[in-house]
Amino acid sequence: MTVHADVLIVGGGGAGCSAALHLALRGARCVLLERGLVGGQASGVNYGGVRQQGRHPAELPIARRARELWGRLPALIGTDCEFEVTGHLKLARNPAEEAELIAYRDVATAHDLPLRMIGRNAIHEAYPWLGSAVVAGSFAPDDGAANPRLLAPALARAARAAGADIRESTAATALAHDGARFTVETAGESFHAPVLLNVAGFWGGEIAAAFGEPVPVSPLSPNMLVTEPMPYVIEPNLGVVGGNVYLRQIRRGNVIFGGGRGESDPGRPAARPLPDVSLASMNLALELVPHLAGAQVIRSWTGIDGEMPDHIPVIGPSRTTPGLLHAFGFSGHGFQLAPAIGAILSELVLDGRTDVPLEPFRIDRFAA
Amino acid sequence: MRLQRLAETARPAIAFTLDGQPATALAGDTLLTAILANADHVRRSEFDGGNRAGFCWMGACQDCWVNVEGAGRQRACTTYLQPDMRIVRP
Amino acid sequence: MSDVAIIGAGPAGTRAAEVLVRAGLRPVVIDEAPDNGGRIYQRPPGGFTRSAKTLYGFEAAKARALHAAFDALRPHVDFRPDTLVWNIRPHRLFTMRAGDTGEIPFDQALLCTGAMDRVIPLPGWTLPGVTSLGGSQVALKAQGCAIGRRVAFLGTGPLLWLVAYQYAKAGAIVAAVIDTTPFATKLRATPALLRGRATFAKGLYYIAWLRAHRVPILEGATPLAIEGDGAVRALRIRTRRGEQRIACDAVALGWGLKPETQLADLADVPFAFDPAQRGFLPKRDATGATPIPGIFLAGDGAQIGGADVAELAGARSAWAILAARNLPLDHAEIARLDAALARHAAFRVALDRAFPFPASLAVAMPDETVLCRCESITAGEMRAAARADATLPAPEVNRAKALTRIGMGRCQGRLCGPPAAEILAATLACPLESVGRLRGQPPVKPIPVLSRGLEQPR
Repeated sequence: MTVHADVLIVGGGGAGCSAALHLALRGARCVLLERGLVGGQASGVNYGGVRQQGRHPAELPIARRARELWGRLPALIGTDCEFEVTGHLKLARNPAEEAELIAYRDVATAHDLPLRMIGRNAIHEAYPWLGSAVVAGSFAPDDGAANPRLLAPALARAARAAGADIRESTAATALAHDGARFTVETAGESFHAPVLLNVAGFWGGEIAAAFGEPVPVSPLSPNMLVTEPMPYVIEPNLGVVGGNVYLRQIRRGNVIFGGGRGESDPGRPAARPLPDVSLASMNLALELVPHLAGAQVIRSWTGIDGEMPDHIPVIGPSRTTPGLLHAFGFSGHGFQLAPAIGAILSELVLDGRTDVPLEPFRIDRFAA
Repeated sequence: MRLQRLAETARPAIAFTLDGQPATALAGDTLLTAILANADHVRRSEFDGGNRAGFCWMGACQDCWVNVEGAGRQRACTTYLQPDMRIVRP
Repeated sequence: MSDVAIIGAGPAGTRAAEVLVRAGLRPVVIDEAPDNGGRIYQRPPGGFTRSAKTLYGFEAAKARALHAAFDALRPHVDFRPDTLVWNIRPHRLFTMRAGDTGEIPFDQALLCTGAMDRVIPLPGWTLPGVTSLGGSQVALKAQGCAIGRRVAFLGTGPLLWLVAYQYAKAGAIVAAVIDTTPFATKLRATPALLRGRATFAKGLYYIAWLRAHRVPILEGATPLAIEGDGAVRALRIRTRRGEQRIACDAVALGWGLKPETQLADLADVPFAFDPAQRGFLPKRDATGATPIPGIFLAGDGAQIGGADVAELAGARSAWAILAARNLPLDHAEIARLDAALARHAAFRVALDRAFPFPASLAVAMPDETVLCRCESITAGEMRAAARADATLPAPEVNRAKALTRIGMGRCQGRLCGPPAAEILAATLACPLESVGRLRGQPPVKPIPVLSRGLEQPR
């Protein structure tokens, strides 16, 4: 059977489902192909931070745009995905880290990102549960966290309601372009469209290579742990300079924390958290929140994201194939960006342009 | 109390406290037995507020975690009572 | 040098250690309990005076023999009691004991992790006074206690009758024994059950003894709810005659056993759906070897077979380990074990037919029933995640878990897993196998957040 569409979307993570939604809302016929279930990889297993603070300056315009969408998610997709503006508290554990926090303030100011520096005495007074290792912090009142498991499915449902054709358990087995349009084969059908969105996460690299523009994307599996429910005390989403630990508590009481990498096997695909990394994360988490000592960790997990060498994604048009657009390699921090990625891609497709500067994300920036 | 001691009652008594109140049980009791010999539940569910009194007695269901001062979180059914333990029910 | 690790010092692990020690090896033997014995032959704490006959009944001789066997092995094995294996990676076990983490390297690991009850939630099952059948048995055997003044026993399977008998014999008031399997079903299975002569005879003995002592027995009944406000007051059931209430202050329930397979899962052992078990079991061959080199499984932790089978399977797997290490084999002994295991297998099939898992009971669970007791999520919420009007209907249990939180609690799906799968499959109107199984994640049981290498802070 043959299906003709305006846009084919390969990959059902946050980026792909968001693209399907925005395209469908503007009347484009799109088909999303996801070989597993939507949000089954990086988009569903990440930490859940909805954070602008700390981003590479190039990402901030996208993050600002995404933050605006997060704020009206219920109107857009019928659920808030448990998004809560808890604030993001980025911590320094020594003077060098504190200096980095201060240095970032210039970036934040340039992008209208409100940040508040908090010194040693004030931070321990404001958050008495913080460990003595913490010497300072930068508080982003506009940031927060959400439930990563809910976003992609909610986006996909809204996209379907808007007319998008969402196909789960449908692997793309062959992709080709004949000069005018793309053909994507699956087990039972052929899909044709003049536009193809490569939003396949880590595997976006394989698709890019298939179209003659390989990029150095590596698998990234964030090692995550969660405790049993505990009395709710930690309101802000916690991060640190350098990012080797991050921690937040949900209203139900569980503390989610992570840091370091699990084991990735993208060929299967499969990923496993690693015990050494998990135990090391505990040490780092205890430095931030000593009262976690003795709390029971009940589960650890990970998934597969794609990491670029410069830790920012590939976003933008193909350099080899007309009608091909890429958005992958979100390097461990794509969750917050997802709602805006789809909007940006839909603008590129339907308007031929977008306001968000995409030059830093060009796919050919790695060419020797 | 619901829990009935049918056998092995000639064991030395052990004094402990439960939620700050003095209590006694027998040497060889797990915390689960000791608590249920003195009270009718070991904790309350965080989510439905209902009292819980363990379920599987064999360390599988994880429904009997309590707090022991100085020893942190302990699974009541697989932890043995020690003299002067101070158990606090969550 | 210790490079064979046995996880679980119950019947399977004990007999495996015995074979390995006789061959000159010194295995590491790890158990969460303070001593060997597993569940059925759990050793009572010090100071307990009941005889083996009182504790283990017909199995007293076997229990004593198993304990004696392990006592003889003690100097020749590296025994790690009170130790949890919380994760397993290629050739490394990760342990936790009294808050201290550790690692045990291995060339071969034999997982003898045993089993737990399979439960079907019903309204009121989280009330104080409700335990699993296994739990009520541990209370009696290992702690000398009855779970209540008037105990109702509910479920199906040999354990139902055994524990009810043990309680009545110990002087407890047994309010009733309710077997959801009709008498006719058991009768039909009787010719096949006769293969296991001694076991079958024991089962008949328990039932006859209970009848003779006028314990109310109801077969083919449907449990409706456990009633009580904050504590168990009654068990409401339906029989052909209509609804009735059984006054009780405790209910012990269970429908057979299911293997604890979390470590096998983390060791990457592939699983296959077993229609008789109505669940997924780790793959292994008749010797206990799995498709993962160096990983072996034996006993109830691989497939429910009971203690006698566990002893045979443990020994058999040890021979498979010796074969893997190119050590001399006693082929006559191996043949004896294989023949005995084959005989038992036939009885097991008959037992499963005699006491079938009532999937319809799970499927009929009222919406308001707490399905996941850790997170307090209802059966209705599971059904909602699978209906066509759900966000995106969950086609399998891991997605359902992600959307509903069922299986995200402290027990990580041990209790709710099987009934959740039944409900999901029924709501989707698809075969049980197609909804899959909950993915195992470490730690297999909760472990404390602590500074590695340091004592837990006071």
